[in-house]
Amino acid sequence: MGENKTDTILSIRGLNVSFATHDGEVRAVKNVDFDVRPGETVAIVGESGSGKSQSMMALMGLLASNGRATGSARYRDQELIGMSERRLNKVRGEKITMIFQEPMTSLDPLYKIGRQISEPLIHHGGLLSAAQARPRVLELLRLVGIPDPERRIDSYPHELSGGQRQRVMIAMALANNPDILIADEPTTALDVTVQAQILALLAELQSRLGMAIVFITHDLGIVRRFADRVYVMRSGEVVEEGATEALFSTPKHAYTKMLLEAEPTGRKAPPPANAPILLEGRNVEVTFTIGGGFLAGEPLMLRAVNRISIALKKGQTIGIVGESGSGKSTLGRALLRLLPSDGAIRFGGRDISTAGREEMRPLRREMQLVFQDPFGSLSPRMTIGQVITEGLLVHEPSLSGKDRDRRAIEALREVGLDPAMRNRYAHEFSGGQRQRIAIARAIILKPKVVVLDEPTSALDRSVQKQIVDLLRDLQQAHDLSYLFISHDLAVVRAMSDYIIVMKQGQIVEEGPTAEIFDDPREEYTQTLMAAAIDVTKFRAAAPS
Amino acid sequence: MFAYVLRRFAGAVPTLFIIVTIAFFMIRLAPGGPFDLERPLDPLIMENLNRAYNLDKPLLYQYGHYLWNLAQGDLGPSFTRRDFSVVDLFRTGLPVSVLLGGMAISLALIVGTFLGALAALKQNTAVDYAVVGTATFGITIPPFVIAPILSLLFGVWLGWLPAGGWSSGSLRHMILPVATLALPQIAIVARLTRGATIEALRSDHVRTARAYGLPTRIVVGVHALRAAILPVVSYLGPTAAALLTGSVVVETIFGIPGIGRYFVQGALGRDYTLVMGTVVVIAVFVVVFNLIVDILYALLDPRVRYD
Repeated sequence: MGENKTDTILSIRGLNVSFATHDGEVRAVKNVDFDVRPGETVAIVGESGSGKSQSMMALMGLLASNGRATGSARYRDQELIGMSERRLNKVRGEKITMIFQEPMTSLDPLYKIGRQISEPLIHHGGLLSAAQARPRVLELLRLVGIPDPERRIDSYPHELSGGQRQRVMIAMALANNPDILIADEPTTALDVTVQAQILALLAELQSRLGMAIVFITHDLGIVRRFADRVYVMRSGEVVEEGATEALFSTPKHAYTKMLLEAEPTGRKAPPPANAPILLEGRNVEVTFTIGGGFLAGEPLMLRAVNRISIALKKGQTIGIVGESGSGKSTLGRALLRLLPSDGAIRFGGRDISTAGREEMRPLRREMQLVFQDPFGSLSPRMTIGQVITEGLLVHEPSLSGKDRDRRAIEALREVGLDPAMRNRYAHEFSGGQRQRIAIARAIILKPKVVVLDEPTSALDRSVQKQIVDLLRDLQQAHDLSYLFISHDLAVVRAMSDYIIVMKQGQIVEEGPTAEIFDDPREEYTQTLMAAAIDVTKFRAAAPS
Repeated sequence: MFAYVLRRFAGAVPTLFIIVTIAFFMIRLAPGGPFDLERPLDPLIMENLNRAYNLDKPLLYQYGHYLWNLAQGDLGPSFTRRDFSVVDLFRTGLPVSVLLGGMAISLALIVGTFLGALAALKQNTAVDYAVVGTATFGITIPPFVIAPILSLLFGVWLGWLPAGGWSSGSLRHMILPVATLALPQIAIVARLTRGATIEALRSDHVRTARAYGLPTRIVVGVHALRAAILPVVSYLGPTAAALLTGSVVVETIFGIPGIGRYFVQGALGRDYTLVMGTVVVIAVFVVVFNLIVDILYALLDPRVRYD
């Protein structure tokens, strides 16, 4: 036995993954090498489409049916690439396990979680029946910190929160004491505070159980706090690898440097003290009614926004921060009068709380909205030129087709896109470009207030930074006021001069950006900050 | 769940009331009446007949009278089949239609889901193409073409099976009509199952099951097919209601004494009570089967709860 055998438990050499598509073969992973040693944490970092997930899917035999893997992936003495399904089933779920990005859909919605955790126990752990597996399942649920496991074991996935579902997935992954746990963006879909809990859990379990973790992520913050070694991937290739500390302090490859610098930087200065208040809400309340009706009993009243007062000055950016379900998006929509609400809303000194559709229409052009999803919010059947000039048809009907075209060219130039592309369709653009198009659609109307609802959340970090820069430039050029809704604190910090922290429909804390970030008073804000920007490591000691 | 079922039944009463009301007045809008024959009857006889069947009374009185009887389970006398009440006709005809339809729907469910799942598992292979091709064929050929062909082929030329007739429901007489009813349904169920299975096989939780090394029979049988059956269940609800209440085409071509014929015969003969009776029976079946589907759904999918 050579030294290599004892040193690495997973050794990947010259791995290629390609997909047969209508446009020919797409090479997703190109000739990559990875090594994983027992008990260590290896991070594979890259932006979307870098091949980081597919390289692991390949060795797990989970590629889509049009995918093909070549090369070598040795787990101890076994070659996984090209292994028969039957033999592979002895490795995956027992020696190598995997948790996924989508905690909401990765569990089967039709079966109780206890049964799902017991399946790998039954199929790998010998002759266990579901009843025999039950004590071990309870033990696993306790291990991953599910409260009240005796009751929760009979829950269905939809009865658990996202964080709890990810804990259940982790319990499943640990069921047979694996050598390697592959975690594919396991916290990306979770709120920051939950994210921190899951990462802490993984680190703790690793130090107790000693498995190696392969951590696939786009988030360098997580890598820094979590990994021993890092592989940086780009367009299917590993561009740099090394120990975490070394890589972060002295990155060698230009792409790694770019990723490290992709954190949005800069701060926004507050508007002058005498800037007029543009949009103001007093005691705004939004209530949703769920259920009820004929023979169905009393409806459930849900107060999504609970008596919130807010005043947005000309040239100001208010960041609204909160986790999912905190009511931040609802507040943004209510202030634009896109949702019925109680309380007073004033725009430019005028009370619009009771304005009807007709009254609101001329004001709409001054109050624009940009959405999170750059894929769903642009019509696939219109050219980009048509998409961005559609609002002009309503608000400036006297414009000629030529004038509209001129305005479209101006707007596209302003958001940094080539105006020649205005005859193309949305699907031809990348996520970042689409978000630029959505911004162009808003600013072409020369608005005064723009509500930005998580405009950067669906984008890669490096693209996020560009969009943040663009939004700040546009604000300066047109004296815009922004309501910036986000759960991403780094982006909010770079964008806003004032911050409102929301939780369960209420304001927890508010104040100038620097104050909130440097000296948060409320416990909830402190937790939020710690989860997002604390640079201390999750693990107590790195294995030698 | 029990409260939910009760609530649904309570909710069905107004639905049925509206259906009965619309149907009652619509059939009366049609010109002519039950006793208008090719050679007009003697006016005196006509008058007597009208009086006997309350047709001389104001329409609203007749409507109220019908509702009152209906509430007591009396669908009234048939206008064109003397000496038979509508309930009598259904008592003999409905079991035949339900038996025929029930067998057809069971066959469609078993064969259709099997073929659909098979095609999905063998996606883009010859098996898949064969199933999809046959299914498309099955959907496009209407029963009034299938029925005579089957009858001709197996009944007349080959002589294996009776070409028609019922013979008090002997199995040999049932094969061809059941096949005719089931074929298009098999095709539709197969296509639905195939699509749903392919989607389920691509879902994240099936990927999880595979990532955990579960054997294929568990991955497919436990995790993919249960999800795939859901759209089939929602399709089968209204379809079952339609099949169990009889098919005009099949009953006419094979000469089967079901109730499918009554709707057309009643409408053509202005047999007001017979048409109304058929409407009521079909409406009740639709309501009941929609409820069954909703309950099945809740049993199959824990996310659906009605309490």
